[in-house]
Amino acid sequence: MSIQETKPLIGRVEEIGGRVSLTDYESGGGYGGARRALTEMSPEEVIDLVRESDLKGRGGAGFPTGMKWGFAKDEPPTPGAKYLVCNADEMEPGTFKDRYLMEYNPHILIEGMIIGAYAIQADRAYVFLRGEYHEPYKQLTKAIQEAQGRGYLGPSVLGSDFSLDLRVHLSGGRYICGEETALLNALEGKRGQPRSKPPYPPASGAWGRPTIVNNVETFCNVPAILRYGAQWYKDLGLTEDSGTKLFGVSGRVNKPGLWELPMGTPIREIVDTHAAGMRNGYKLRGVLPGGASTDFLVEEHFDLPMDYKTIQSAGSRMGTGTMILMDDSICPVDMCRNLEHFFAQESCGFCTPCREGIPWVEELLAEIENGTGCEGDLEILDQQAAYIGGPGNTFCLHAPGAMEPLQSALKYFREDFEEHIRTGKCPYQRGRS
Amino acid sequence: MAILSIDGVDYEVEEGENLLHAVLSQKIDLPYFCWHPSLGSVGACRQCAVIEYAGPDDDRGRLQMACMTSVSDGMRVSVSAQHAANFRSSVIEWLMENHPHDCPVCEEGGECHLQDMTVMTGHSMRRFRGRKRTWRNQDLGPFIGHEMNRCITCYRCVRFYGDYAGGKDLAAFGSRGRMFFGRFENGTLESEFAGNLVEVCPTGVFTDKPFSTFYTRKWDLQTAPSICPGCSVGCNTFPSERYGKLRRITNRYHGELNRYFLCDRGRFGSHYVNHETRVLNAGISNAEGVFEFGDPKKVVNRMASKLSTGAIGIGSPRASFEANFALRQLVGLENYCAGIKDEEFSVLKESIETMRQGGFSVPTLEQVEQCDASFILGEDISNTAPRLALAVRQATRLVSYELAGDAGIPVWQDAGVRGHAQHSRNPLYIATPASTRLDDIATKNSSGSVAQLVELANSIADLVESEAYGDDFASSVAKSLVEAKAPLIVTGSSLESVELIRAAARIAKALQRRDGESQLAIVPSEVNSFGSALLDQGVSLSHALSRLESGGTVIVLENDLYTRTAADVVDRAMSASEFITIDSLETPTMAKSKCVFPAATYAEQTGTFVNYELRAQRYFQVFEPTGEVQPSWKWLVAAALESGRNDMAWSSQDALARACAESTFPQIERIAPPAEFRLADGSKIPRQTHRYSGRTAMNADVDVHEPKTSVDTESPFSYSMEGLNPGDQNGATIPYSWSPGWNSNQSVFKFQQEVGGRLAGGDPGVRLVEVSRTCSADVAKRVPENAPVSNGGNGSLELVPVHLVFGSDELSRYSWPIAKRTPAPFVLLSETDAERLGLQSGMGVRVKNGTVSVEVRIDERLASGLLGVPKGLVDWMESQPSHVELDRDPDFVPPSELEANVIARG
Repeated sequence: MSIQETKPLIGRVEEIGGRVSLTDYESGGGYGGARRALTEMSPEEVIDLVRESDLKGRGGAGFPTGMKWGFAKDEPPTPGAKYLVCNADEMEPGTFKDRYLMEYNPHILIEGMIIGAYAIQADRAYVFLRGEYHEPYKQLTKAIQEAQGRGYLGPSVLGSDFSLDLRVHLSGGRYICGEETALLNALEGKRGQPRSKPPYPPASGAWGRPTIVNNVETFCNVPAILRYGAQWYKDLGLTEDSGTKLFGVSGRVNKPGLWELPMGTPIREIVDTHAAGMRNGYKLRGVLPGGASTDFLVEEHFDLPMDYKTIQSAGSRMGTGTMILMDDSICPVDMCRNLEHFFAQESCGFCTPCREGIPWVEELLAEIENGTGCEGDLEILDQQAAYIGGPGNTFCLHAPGAMEPLQSALKYFREDFEEHIRTGKCPYQRGRS
Repeated sequence: MAILSIDGVDYEVEEGENLLHAVLSQKIDLPYFCWHPSLGSVGACRQCAVIEYAGPDDDRGRLQMACMTSVSDGMRVSVSAQHAANFRSSVIEWLMENHPHDCPVCEEGGECHLQDMTVMTGHSMRRFRGRKRTWRNQDLGPFIGHEMNRCITCYRCVRFYGDYAGGKDLAAFGSRGRMFFGRFENGTLESEFAGNLVEVCPTGVFTDKPFSTFYTRKWDLQTAPSICPGCSVGCNTFPSERYGKLRRITNRYHGELNRYFLCDRGRFGSHYVNHETRVLNAGISNAEGVFEFGDPKKVVNRMASKLSTGAIGIGSPRASFEANFALRQLVGLENYCAGIKDEEFSVLKESIETMRQGGFSVPTLEQVEQCDASFILGEDISNTAPRLALAVRQATRLVSYELAGDAGIPVWQDAGVRGHAQHSRNPLYIATPASTRLDDIATKNSSGSVAQLVELANSIADLVESEAYGDDFASSVAKSLVEAKAPLIVTGSSLESVELIRAAARIAKALQRRDGESQLAIVPSEVNSFGSALLDQGVSLSHALSRLESGGTVIVLENDLYTRTAADVVDRAMSASEFITIDSLETPTMAKSKCVFPAATYAEQTGTFVNYELRAQRYFQVFEPTGEVQPSWKWLVAAALESGRNDMAWSSQDALARACAESTFPQIERIAPPAEFRLADGSKIPRQTHRYSGRTAMNADVDVHEPKTSVDTESPFSYSMEGLNPGDQNGATIPYSWSPGWNSNQSVFKFQQEVGGRLAGGDPGVRLVEVSRTCSADVAKRVPENAPVSNGGNGSLELVPVHLVFGSDELSRYSWPIAKRTPAPFVLLSETDAERLGLQSGMGVRVKNGTVSVEVRIDERLASGLLGVPKGLVDWMESQPSHVELDRDPDFVPPSELEANVIARG
């Protein structure tokens, strides 16, 4: 199999050895998937193919993409627009996979969005881009202009009667705007607060119209599915999940970075083989498998394959697949405090448990870390984690996400918390690196 | 209907309603903050958590926010389950992290929803050790105080102010734990509904500034059911008293009218009751023109002595129906004048006649909100009847509920409905001389002179009949109205055009004949205008005043004639004849009268007002007036008895109402129960809550012996806290809203049949004239037939009256908070005329060769050729001919940037 067949997302980047230009992309067979969809297939057939491939959303939730597209397709044909939106608001701490795709292979995203828009018959699409992503913005807007020039975008895509207007919207810069309904509010020019569901975006999304929101990496998987077929895609995965995934590692490893690997690659293989193992003198203690808002995994889980179901049954979530490693020099209390600081900052301020609860949690963690924690504080933290993190207790999933690292840290590293309170100081020496 | 099991008890509830609504409707306590019956659910506060069980075998259930959960048949929930109760307590604990402990000095104290909910959830021990978040507050103008430290971020303020009332200058700023609710900078809140923030806010962030200025504890207020005297809508209110002063006005729920909201004229317009020019004694002006007080009997005798000489009686549309009736009885119909300008009186008579004939419905505000297409003709209801305008605003949202329904979004899911419907609105067409505060949601606007508006309305009526639509404004209106299930036409008396009323009625009848359900609301200008017109008159105001120019006597009842007609006309009458004036304030008329009598204000007496739907409503004495002040009808009766008349020997309000019912409308007696009314246990209804405190100390500085409480023999209410206010008594007799555990106005659900529905004892008021929708009255002939429409030409401008919510109403102008919002005199010019005359906003103009200069303001919608004259600010409508030419006053100094300029137009 060619590199592109084993690494459909960034194989071409490896072949070229850098940024993939439009010519590079086309000469590697790029836009062939879109051409096939628009000239040979009906929208229904495209959706069926994607459904068959079992592509799951790469933004973190792992929702089957074909099924999602089907919802918008099934919407009654009320007059007016439908929208396709790419969630490129990559703000999950430790996550940088979408940025890589947009900087190095922007046309694969555009092609994926053309196919998606055709499948749901949307003639307007947006890329909602993280505000700080200056380089992706540059690359993406350039690529869009190029694609327009070649007739991939615009009033008559590839000479068909399908038209697509694709625009990039640069976010004002809030983590919550990565939540798809908050994203839609922000796109409409409103406060970036999540919406209550139902209605779900496929029924009523941007400007009250049927809207499909997918992650960058999700769209980037689609062109190859059109080119090589559903079965090929399913066979790529090592376990029951299809395709490949961009896995990333940050932390004290020898080679932090990002790799396209088959779904189901074990954690230990990613860390030891691809990230070249822990740096000398450091021992891996915990892993946040898919970004800051996922539960810690520990030694007993390191041989598990990274796929949605396995990681979920281990008590965490695969999330974005870009892991943050905690080694034995890092204080878990301080790490949680740092994470909760982020989540408290990034709360939209709409619902009470999130707005008022997370800052309290942060404050308690800071006190414990600073040696002024009190007896009973862990019980408060347990209760807060349960109340803030409980399903349905908050308006959206921001706060439950914020509680995932905390509640797992309280479970796996409880003795650290207790020692802080007992001794009135943090046993970890900072600044060791 | 659905069967809902709450903690093991089955209840029959509405399917598809939200669970919080259903639980509260069963009078079960469940804490909440962000939900509001008129604002719907958004799920922000997470306070109303309950446990919902999946099925009969589920004994764990899961936590759900009741306000965001749709009720289905067979649903099983628990409010009392420990897990839910703990979570609710935890929500309070979160909110209390930052809420200050300033309850002892907080204006909300004693009726704080947050305090109630805190107690209800049982949270009492503080565990949070951090610092509290603090804010700098804003100056939001003379009505509303701001104390952001108390905010619990429920979002109700912005949802009411912006989403519901259309205000543009209050917003949520910031994010995370730093949410700020206010204006983008210091400044007066623009919306005329800002006062509702006081009641919408669950704690003390937005407070009633005038009330705070003369603060008193909420539970020490004495209240009675009353009617707002501010306009003809007849909103139900609770005026509150302490130490003989009126302290504040709050909303009194009426399911068909004002429901949960008042306008700011209503809320802040009653402080005239405490005005320094209140007349407290009867007096006679001596030779030097100085009033001599001290012997009321003498003044009564003088009035009595004049009765046999054929005295004229001039009534008032701001006095009670009964007082006007008493005056008419005293002087006889042939000498009785309603006290309303001739043109306006004709409009009122025509309006009532139109309603009598029927051929359409006259909508309640609740029905207005259900009208799917509206046409506002000639009347700027946003300034003359703001609460009606707020209802029209809601009517334009009907289509959004329809769209939401199609998308499976429950109507109570407010954010979802708004997000889905976006800017979809029901048709609303506005044709007025100048811009209105509903223009922002209008499908299309049209401007014109009175004659042009009449012509437009007649064309619309013709088009409804013919359906020969073109693509002009009239066709758009006609087509929208014809296509509507319940088309609404709103007009009013402020342009003083009988033709306009006829034309509006033609449209309504034409629509009704098409099997429509057409609704016509005619808005008169004052609280009892229709009551006055129903009593009729034997002599018009102009006739009365010209008769007085040749001498005689006139009894003026609660009326300042200088607000009715040109000053020189009144002056001539006053210098030639004897004026006996009964009023509450020292108005210009009263100041120049020979005899004066002190009248009780609406808060100090019991009476009846007739609103725009011809609904007669009773208002009750809130507190006893001081000095010689008494209801004006009692002065009339005293004079009648003195002169030997025994047909007016009415010993009480009930006796007067009975006499009134006998000779006018029998319904008058049925509006509210008489003084003998007692609750089942034999008790009266108290004006004071049982939390009323310190009664024994009130006069202790004068006498340590507690004075005997006044005995009220004229109403079912007592001047004490003894008695009962059960909540299910006649809706007209609810003196305050309170229920155990519910000290705030949120307690009102305990008084309703269901949340947001009718009052348990029925919504108050009785219509004096039933309008028959099925009446087969023909669509009247077009009058005038193809009238020539001209604007005067040769450079002169046609005067057209303009009304201001703050400034055009006579009594509220004497209310100090309203006075602060009343603009300096100005006139409105169209952009074209301003350009033609070389005038700009802020310049001064006067009538050619005139002496009084006023400020120029440009109105972007005023038709060219018109000059807008604000009623109450500039008297040109009365003192000038119909067309004037303007001169610029080069020496004019524009008034400084007053707070008052905020709401005014231009």
